[in-house]
Amino acid sequence: MSNPIVEAWNLAKSFNGTPAVRDASFTVAPGQTVALLGANGAGKTTTISMLLGLILPSAGRVRVLGHDMVRHRYRALHRINLSSPYVDLPRRLTVEQNLLFFGRLYGVAAPKARLAELAHDLNLTGLLKQPGGQLSAGQKTRVSLAKALINKPELLLLDEPTASLDPDTADWMRGYLKTYRARSGCAILLASHNMMEVERLADQVLIMRHGRIVDRGAPGELIERYAHRNLEEVFLDIARGTEPGTAGQDVPAVAAR
Amino acid sequence: MSENTVNISAPGAPRVHSRPLSRIGAMILRHVYLIRTSIPRLIELMYWPTMQMILWGFITRFLLTNSSYIAQAAGVLISAVLLWDVLFRGQLGFSLSFLEEVWSRNLGNLSVSPLRPSEFLVSLMVMSLLRTLIGVLPAAGLAIVFYEANLFALGLPLIGFFAILLMFGSAIGMMVCALILRAGQGAESVAWLAVFLIAPVSAIYYPVSILPEWLQIVAWSLPSAPVFEGMRAILIDGTPRFDLMAHALGLVMVYLSIGAGLFLHAFHVARRRGVLLQIGE
Repeated sequence: MSNPIVEAWNLAKSFNGTPAVRDASFTVAPGQTVALLGANGAGKTTTISMLLGLILPSAGRVRVLGHDMVRHRYRALHRINLSSPYVDLPRRLTVEQNLLFFGRLYGVAAPKARLAELAHDLNLTGLLKQPGGQLSAGQKTRVSLAKALINKPELLLLDEPTASLDPDTADWMRGYLKTYRARSGCAILLASHNMMEVERLADQVLIMRHGRIVDRGAPGELIERYAHRNLEEVFLDIARGTEPGTAGQDVPAVAAR
Repeated sequence: MSENTVNISAPGAPRVHSRPLSRIGAMILRHVYLIRTSIPRLIELMYWPTMQMILWGFITRFLLTNSSYIAQAAGVLISAVLLWDVLFRGQLGFSLSFLEEVWSRNLGNLSVSPLRPSEFLVSLMVMSLLRTLIGVLPAAGLAIVFYEANLFALGLPLIGFFAILLMFGSAIGMMVCALILRAGQGAESVAWLAVFLIAPVSAIYYPVSILPEWLQIVAWSLPSAPVFEGMRAILIDGTPRFDLMAHALGLVMVYLSIGAGLFLHAFHVARRRGVLLQIGE
């Protein structure tokens, strides 16, 4: 069996004494899609940042592609990439300039050829001469994904990949990611609170609450274990800390006029 | 858009050969793209050095007939203002190139790329050089045309003065960027103010000897004062002072080490505090 792409052991991070991630252990195998599912502030982005070495863990260890990401992150970073709503591409540069810049930064052997491939695949050909600042949210997301794929990463980290997209574009994006993963064999770790997305894309789900991984499993297993119809009801059970099987029943009362 | 329209180009093993020079080159390319596509940025780079030079050119003309000190060397004030602009533009060029990444929320992308902080520093130093040349060279040319004041009359030592002031500007820029990483974008105004803190003790327009004694100690502990003293030694006495050059060079190496150390430490602290993704928001 091949080595895991990501190995995290007892990862923890506190900010000014407030725990953001606690005792998180998990692995991501080659070609696998793992979803971090959790409410806002559950610790998803902090976990992704620790995998990238962008945030130093308070405790625990993380290895990506066999490299310790605290001490040797630069041995792995050219084989990883990230798309996140927390970052942007330089707005005054055109889409073409942005992608060529990142291609060269990652040391892509033929950046212009790779740019042409991605422009074709992600329907960016008509946008290449447009400045990044003039793009719509959906276009920006596609360009951000193109940047994240520029180096054909072995591990693709996606933070809320469809957060600002209309349903049609979001659906297209999910289809793209699924097909890309199947054909390229790259591992994907995505953070989301979109249940439909997670059900459709993920092989494994790590459900986070208050910084802890409180449950894990394949989407189908989780739905069966919690005796629900879909992942959203499972998530609500866990997020609200209610008894399994009672999600959706605790509708807040509305005062009568 | 629907799933059956998905195109995926032939997958293959990644062909990446990430090397320090290619990463530094990529960063320079990114800033060249930025400057090339922004006429206001380009004009701003040239505007202030040119205006400063014109102003000091007229002051020189006036003082030539009223000051025996200026009459010794007509170009001394204009040369001083142009060399001061090398320091000022060098520092600003470094800090603004860093701030461009903060303003465009691109620091997170850079921080997850193979670009190392030390390579980032080198690329910012190269950008500082390019921005300074764009700003100062036209002003130096116009000084010859308008006032017959030739900065290049300093000869070979000019290269040394230029390099030392540019490196000192970068060292101050590193300290400014370290402060921005530590305190956030709210500290960005320091980028415009920082270099003026040392202006009074840099002996730009007057000799160090006119400063109070305790300030002279401060002046000689900065690389800028020996550079301006060396400039005057050439223009007024016609003597290149290599001792001053060596003094300034030694000091600038110390300041560069301190600046780089502070920047790398601030980057490490930013990783611990988890602010690299959010800075610029």
